[in-house]
Amino acid sequence: MKIGYYPGCALHGSSNDYEQSLRACLGRLDVELAEIQDWICCGATAAHSLNHKLSQALPARNLALAEQQSLDELLAPCPLCSMQLLKVSADIKDTDARAELSAIVELPLEGRTRVLNLIEIFQKVGLDTLASAVTTKQESIQAACYYGCLLTRPPQIVTFDDPEEPQSMETVLKALGIKTVDWNFKTECCGAGMTMADEDTVLELCHRILENAQAHGANCLVVACPMCHVNLDMKQPAVSRRHGTSPMPVYYLSDLAGLALGLAPEELGINRHFMEATWPA
Amino acid sequence: MGTPSPLSDSTHSPVNNWATHQVELCYQCGKCTAGCPRSERMDVSPTRLIRWLQTGNQERALAAQSIWDCVSCQTCSARCPQGVDCASILDALRQMAVTRDTVAPARRRIVAFQQAFLDNIRRNGRLNELELTASFKLRAFRHDRAIGPLFQDASLAPQLRKRGKLHLKGERVQDRAVVARIFDKCNGGAA
Repeated sequence: MKIGYYPGCALHGSSNDYEQSLRACLGRLDVELAEIQDWICCGATAAHSLNHKLSQALPARNLALAEQQSLDELLAPCPLCSMQLLKVSADIKDTDARAELSAIVELPLEGRTRVLNLIEIFQKVGLDTLASAVTTKQESIQAACYYGCLLTRPPQIVTFDDPEEPQSMETVLKALGIKTVDWNFKTECCGAGMTMADEDTVLELCHRILENAQAHGANCLVVACPMCHVNLDMKQPAVSRRHGTSPMPVYYLSDLAGLALGLAPEELGINRHFMEATWPA
Repeated sequence: MGTPSPLSDSTHSPVNNWATHQVELCYQCGKCTAGCPRSERMDVSPTRLIRWLQTGNQERALAAQSIWDCVSCQTCSARCPQGVDCASILDALRQMAVTRDTVAPARRRIVAFQQAFLDNIRRNGRLNELELTASFKLRAFRHDRAIGPLFQDASLAPQLRKRGKLHLKGERVQDRAVVARIFDKCNGGAA
């Protein structure tokens, strides 16, 4: 299966362990990623906070490039990129908006591209295929699936899973024979892009998330977002210093899937996380 | 659910027509504030900000610190029983606050970060994390003259490097000219 790929800045920056993980894992499932040539940043929170037009134009340019390169389906593994792409996909259903954005980004724009998150790629591969590809049972893992904000919100834009009680990550992990826990904070916010500008907020929100997962018997968190991973993994030592939180590994969804499919932690980049992996040999 | 309302037809200058955001639909149930992960630390709650817009107190809303405490998690918009897109309204308030220079002084750090981010994208097409960190810290220092934040996270650099996560040379797109033209057409950020 060939899928268009919009990595976004994080996956080519300090979240390159996420890219390593999903490339290794999807490679094992015969999913070929075709990266958009000369893609640009989606503008992220800075654009939608400071300049609405720019927050439409930057993702629109990427959609137009995807069309030009005949990529009908596009994996955007960062939920913020994904949400921005989906928002502008909805906006350009309006003919005038589409014409205006097409002129701004200097490319034809039809709105043909379907934007997918990482969980949807696993769903496309198929739960039966996943189950039959398992080589290594991960018996000791009790995963708290953490969706954060933008995989399910705003629901009228991303139209994916239930915004209050999502289950899609659990379903994928269960197909892979991995146990998950029920808990309360799976769609709470980790502080997102405030990592640098407002650290106190990030430390407080991450503490609540980690504490609730642990109170419900989880021994790891599973995320499908580079920013969630930065805040919950890289900042976790700072969270613990401030709030006394117990340590807990944070995996990308593709890490746990990859392990079940027989990949080694080093092949998935798990050894590059800040929090040490804790699974039995 | 109401359809998400477009902020503006004109480039960059957000309309201050709150009717397009359907603020009049809000009946002050407080669900946005109840679900907001930042509300307990906010000076003005999301519910009250909407009320101020309904009653013509836009100027007070524009000076509130809380419009910058918002982390854009979208919980308010997702849960509003009236379909008011509160998160987008806060985006609009932020843009107006920057344009009119009414940003609460205690939150200028956040604006400095976002402006540094957009400048970086305009220059490179993609984010250069090291460059962003340096330029944000300098901008923030110019505002608050605080030494401490200059070195916040400095100890992370060697740890990132050890993990192959620090890129001394960031990626740049080939067609940077088109990126600059896109910024120009969108009016180059709200700075």
